[in-house]
Amino acid sequence: MKTKSRAPARRAAKPSIKTGAQIIVDTLIEQGVDTMFGYTGGVVLPLFDRLYDAPINFIVPRHEQGGCHMADAYARASGKVGVVVATSGPGACNLVTGLATAMMDSVPLVALTGQVRTELIGNDAFQEADTTGITRPITKYNCIVKDIKDLERTVREAFHIASTGRPGPVLIDLPVDVEVAKLNTEGPAEMKLPGYRIRTKGHARQITSAAKAINESKQPVLYVGGGVITANAAKELSVLADKAHIPVTMTLLGLGSYDQRKPESLDMLGMHGSAYANYAVQQCDLLIAVGARFDDRVTGKIETFAPNAKVIHIDVDPASISKNVGVDIPVVGDAKTILKALAKEVEYQERKEWFDKIAEWKKKFPFRYDQSSSTIKPQYVVEELCLQTKNEAIVTTGVGQNQMWAAQFYKFVRPRQFISSGGLGTMGFGLPAAIGAQVANPKATVIDIDGDHSFNMTMTELATAVEHELPIKVCILNNGYMGMVRQWQELFYGRRYSKSYLKNPKYEALAKALGAVGITVEKKTDVPKAIKQMLKEKLPCVVDFRVEPEENVWPMVPAGKSLDEMSGLDILERLI
Amino acid sequence: MKHIISALVENKPGVLAHVAGMFAARGFNIDSLVVGRTEDPALSRMTIVVIGDDRVLEQVRKQLAKIVPVVKVQDFVNQPVVARDLMLIAISAPPEKRAEILSLIEMFRGKVVDIGQKFVMVEVSGPESKIEAFINVCKPYGIKSLARTGTIAMPRHSRADLRPTQVSDEQEN
Repeated sequence: MKTKSRAPARRAAKPSIKTGAQIIVDTLIEQGVDTMFGYTGGVVLPLFDRLYDAPINFIVPRHEQGGCHMADAYARASGKVGVVVATSGPGACNLVTGLATAMMDSVPLVALTGQVRTELIGNDAFQEADTTGITRPITKYNCIVKDIKDLERTVREAFHIASTGRPGPVLIDLPVDVEVAKLNTEGPAEMKLPGYRIRTKGHARQITSAAKAINESKQPVLYVGGGVITANAAKELSVLADKAHIPVTMTLLGLGSYDQRKPESLDMLGMHGSAYANYAVQQCDLLIAVGARFDDRVTGKIETFAPNAKVIHIDVDPASISKNVGVDIPVVGDAKTILKALAKEVEYQERKEWFDKIAEWKKKFPFRYDQSSSTIKPQYVVEELCLQTKNEAIVTTGVGQNQMWAAQFYKFVRPRQFISSGGLGTMGFGLPAAIGAQVANPKATVIDIDGDHSFNMTMTELATAVEHELPIKVCILNNGYMGMVRQWQELFYGRRYSKSYLKNPKYEALAKALGAVGITVEKKTDVPKAIKQMLKEKLPCVVDFRVEPEENVWPMVPAGKSLDEMSGLDILERLI
Repeated sequence: MKHIISALVENKPGVLAHVAGMFAARGFNIDSLVVGRTEDPALSRMTIVVIGDDRVLEQVRKQLAKIVPVVKVQDFVNQPVVARDLMLIAISAPPEKRAEILSLIEMFRGKVVDIGQKFVMVEVSGPESKIEAFINVCKPYGIKSLARTGTIAMPRHSRADLRPTQVSDEQEN
């Protein structure tokens, strides 16, 4: 993550008496905050009073979880720090899923929560919860400010910690008496973080070893994750991949870091990744991991992952290195700086045999679906969306089959274009994420490719989109099931679809009731027309695609199997 | 293998919970954990004894260092250290056994800190093995209650600094 030092010296050093709430708002503005998400409540009233006429675009969700996902997606889409506010007790508790989502996906987020008066803390007061206790494992850092003298410094530290190194959510708990207390401020408060150090520049000798390994490799693969996007290093990645001529595979969160239209793109790897990416990883002699963490959904059976490969791991978080997979050449630091340095030391190699092999796999096992089917195939909807938006839309997703089909069939071309809950796998992320992304990019086409049950979880936020006239598009791949659960039940539980089918509302009518546009698509031939209409709408638009109910995501590496032991390849081959 | 990890942390509320929570969440086993102030009022030192293989310990060190208020992490494995536990132990000591017990206490360089009609309370410090040994010899008399601190440790700066009067951990037993 690029460190932006916002000089506190910019602020007038003349003493002035301010309330805690005013100090918070002033420091937020100093940190460059112009957009916030949040929900009011008893103990944040002083803060919200100061926000009443602050130059900040404030979005109120219908539920704090939605607000947290919005701030998260706002951060992912813009590269800025997302800010969310909630009241004490239930408000803070409702942030939990959102914070954990941001933590798992390393998203820079600052959460401000109200707290009961300092002297009431610990007394089970009304709307009291131990917010710092509850959120400690799901934040990069959190603290409670009990003295107004620490307030300004703490807010500044929160932004610094959230946005640097491996980014993550930071929560500040604010007792209401601190918000209303007054302080004669005497100029900017300096940060005090003796335990917080970030390594940015990679070790020169390690970079040289990595370059040497690349130059000696006959069958290398670049395996890149969300860290490349976070570090704004997509350009440097392309330069390296082109210069050394290395194929690139991406994790779910890495999608967008490398133009998928290029022949060197192996698309996504892992459980539902492409066969060609998985084969390439299993057969490579050098695996260059950049900003990725060898997640179990990526590696499959860890003992047999990339069995012949030497491993280079570039990551800003030393704790990610050798956590799951032993690493031969670790390089700790900022991906952008390291990739740039690495590119200088590598040489072009044709690697004809390797690329021929890859081309063969690509030809034999592309992502496929039954195009002759008379029903609407969910993959077809995604493909048509990609076509009509010319690969340019910002896509958010729910979790499950919808997410995998979006990742497989939309070809992303630039970073911050694909926004999805990867690590935590949070159903309900898609709609609020689309709102956050649209707020960050008012002119962009933002599409939430969602599942019916993912959408059901946070659909209340449609009202938020309508209120703010955000032209988000929600494409529900409606199969009636919790699709991925149903797929596992079909494959591993003898088709006993236990509790994975629910009765859905009529989404068209629901959208209309909330003031959005609603469209239902039941016929395959109506898909292109409906998408065309959806893309023209100026209001939030929900399209209910009644897709094939029992479609599966292929290929699939079953849990506990090696990456090259994919199921479904025979099914895909039969579709040629 | 047993490792003694020494972590210098900011003296702030929540740090202990954060460290303990991290160990629990990641499934690392804490053998003992001691926190105390240092010469700098802004810093505390945590001495944590952890059992695990090299891979686990590498993660323990890295995950500890990642916690924002943790300033410095050291693993004392493979280096000469002075490691000490402190124990208070109340032993049943009827008058007829007292002489015997007192001589044991002396052997272990323990200190009688309280005495009653039927018991003595003893303070013993030393390496863990010595503490364990003392507990074992006390068992036949009957242990009424026992409290231990867990290990604190400091690396020896240089072998050369050892004066003849100093004894190593092993010799002290």
